[in-house]
Amino acid sequence: MASSHGTPPVFNNKVIAWIDYRLPIFSYIEKEYHTFPTPRNFNYFWNFGAIATVMLVLMIATGIVLATNYTPHVLMAFDSVERIDRDVPQGWLIRDLHMNGASFFFIAVYIHIFRGMYYGSYKAPRELLWILGVVIFLLMMATAFMGYVLPWGQMSFWGATVITNLFSALPVVGESIVTWLWGGFAVDNPTLNRFFALHYLLPFVIVAVVALHVVALHIHGSNNPTGIDPKGPQDTVPFHPYYTMKDGFGVVCFLIVYAVFVFFAPDYMGHPDNYIPANPLVTPAHIVPEWYFLPFYAILRAIPDKLGGVLAMFGAIAVLFILPWLDTSRVRSCTFRPIYKWFMMFLVVDVIVLGICGSKPPEGFWVPLSQLATLYYFAHFLVLLPILGKIERPLPLPPSIADAVLKKKAV
Amino acid sequence: MRKPFARNLLVSGAIALAAVATGTVAIAAGGTEHPPHKHWHFQGPFGTFDRAAAQRGFQVYQEVCAACHSLSLMSYRNLTELGLTENQVKGLIKDISVSDLNDDGAPVDRPARPSDRFKKPFPNEAAAAAANNGKAPPDLSVIVKAREYGPDYIYGILTGYVPYDKLTPEQIKEFDVKKDDNFNKYFPGHKIAMAPPLSDDKVTYADGTKATLDQEASDVVEFLAWASEPHMEDRKRTGVRVILFLLALAGLMYAVKRTVWADKH
Repeated sequence: MASSHGTPPVFNNKVIAWIDYRLPIFSYIEKEYHTFPTPRNFNYFWNFGAIATVMLVLMIATGIVLATNYTPHVLMAFDSVERIDRDVPQGWLIRDLHMNGASFFFIAVYIHIFRGMYYGSYKAPRELLWILGVVIFLLMMATAFMGYVLPWGQMSFWGATVITNLFSALPVVGESIVTWLWGGFAVDNPTLNRFFALHYLLPFVIVAVVALHVVALHIHGSNNPTGIDPKGPQDTVPFHPYYTMKDGFGVVCFLIVYAVFVFFAPDYMGHPDNYIPANPLVTPAHIVPEWYFLPFYAILRAIPDKLGGVLAMFGAIAVLFILPWLDTSRVRSCTFRPIYKWFMMFLVVDVIVLGICGSKPPEGFWVPLSQLATLYYFAHFLVLLPILGKIERPLPLPPSIADAVLKKKAV
Repeated sequence: MRKPFARNLLVSGAIALAAVATGTVAIAAGGTEHPPHKHWHFQGPFGTFDRAAAQRGFQVYQEVCAACHSLSLMSYRNLTELGLTENQVKGLIKDISVSDLNDDGAPVDRPARPSDRFKKPFPNEAAAAAANNGKAPPDLSVIVKAREYGPDYIYGILTGYVPYDKLTPEQIKEFDVKKDDNFNKYFPGHKIAMAPPLSDDKVTYADGTKATLDQEASDVVEFLAWASEPHMEDRKRTGVRVILFLLALAGLMYAVKRTVWADKH
């Protein structure tokens, strides 16, 4: 899609025209969020980018308010969080929004990633757009991990201990890196202080990468469920009001589910042990990360070697960076890929199985199951994707988006 | 050819649900025998605290539990949220004296005020541990949120003691129970340092309720559930309003969206 969208807008308001002549922010908004030609055939999966953006803003807004009431000190952090809950006016609401917001941000982003994979949104010319997305995902994981440490409960402390210790698996430099991360010889006050500083910093880095993600998106425009490029005005609609309204509706629906958890099950996604103040002398019976890390935690534990496990866990994300080049099929959307479609759905099942394995103690039946699921995860990307593109016979593509829409209507 | 909307939505819903279910699995993993489920007044989307039970529970806490367990996050003034008047609270604490510093900086004991935190049974954690065979009794401020099956678990512990002579020889062997040990059905590992704290008529209720073990345990759980989350009723009330608002907004958004899109399908 070309990036020129007709003649520049004319502003009747003199102040706006004056500003726009010198700093064209109004032209920019007009061009990128009003007249921006967008494929007319999005399904509701295309809402999750907007939903994730709303969650990011909500997390930053609630996070700043929490930070004004939080004390990053090992002796006071736990009580300061409880003080927010009990004594700060509406503090419980801000805290429940923030701690459940993390989970719902991940839900939105996981669905967004699935959408990108199912409809081939990572393929040329959107490789950098996809890679920026994976960078955002990594930054989110780092931010969420450090945020979970801040209440300084048992899971905060032991989660931080387990995850930072992973770096000790690296040969030669491992131990020094861990000491450097901790700011000492154990997870302690310096660790909590730097995690708080970074937990405050990283969301703004995420905002910056999201901005790049959006810039990259607006060069070639969005992919769509058919995976074929718009061929003319009959295939697109202006972003506003068509998708502002549709995204708005999707955002409100998502917020309803979110509100059910915030107001009626705020601790459902958390772990009861995190209401026990951190105690370096007592190890919880079973250390588990937050649910959104469980698939990666399962991969970590599936490999019976510490360094191997760490490499596999990071490899599970690294493989996403090269996804655009692993997929050899010229067809973007799984809708027209009769074989890969099922493997893609199976990958979803596989990741859920990994998540369940990650929540279980690493013993008995769960060990071989998580190894099998890990094997499929890597085989999917490294073996199936390159081969399938060569041997699969895609279904015939519709001549145009408009054609696909109108045909569907006729049926 | 294209996947229809409804099916796409179903798939995305299923993923979200699966994600949530995975979360539950994480929480449910790794327990001993589950305490039996009891219905609590404060459960469910509209559940509220049973004020009378919670007030009785405070009495149980104050007369029994407080000998060993602190409740460090609560202040006496918070009791007014359970329906007590300020004067009643002052009456309840009139015999409690707390340590403070006088204007010259010298340590003094003075009568407790409603603004004081609940008095701790021991001056510090080391003293608490020393008086309890080396391990300080846990603070009870958020105990109901800090255990799996929170209220059921606390109730289970309080009522789950089995006297030594009622244990089977297998249990004694398997868990290496000695005559002086306290065996509890629901405690992980079964041997618990706390001696059975409650029994029939351990307290005398002012409102005439018969103080059975079961009654005392339920009442103190009601009180501790309130202490763990005093704003729970506010949370649920706000939730009902927020969700009703969002539902109405969603309906409105959908109607506008349909109108906007009317010429495109």
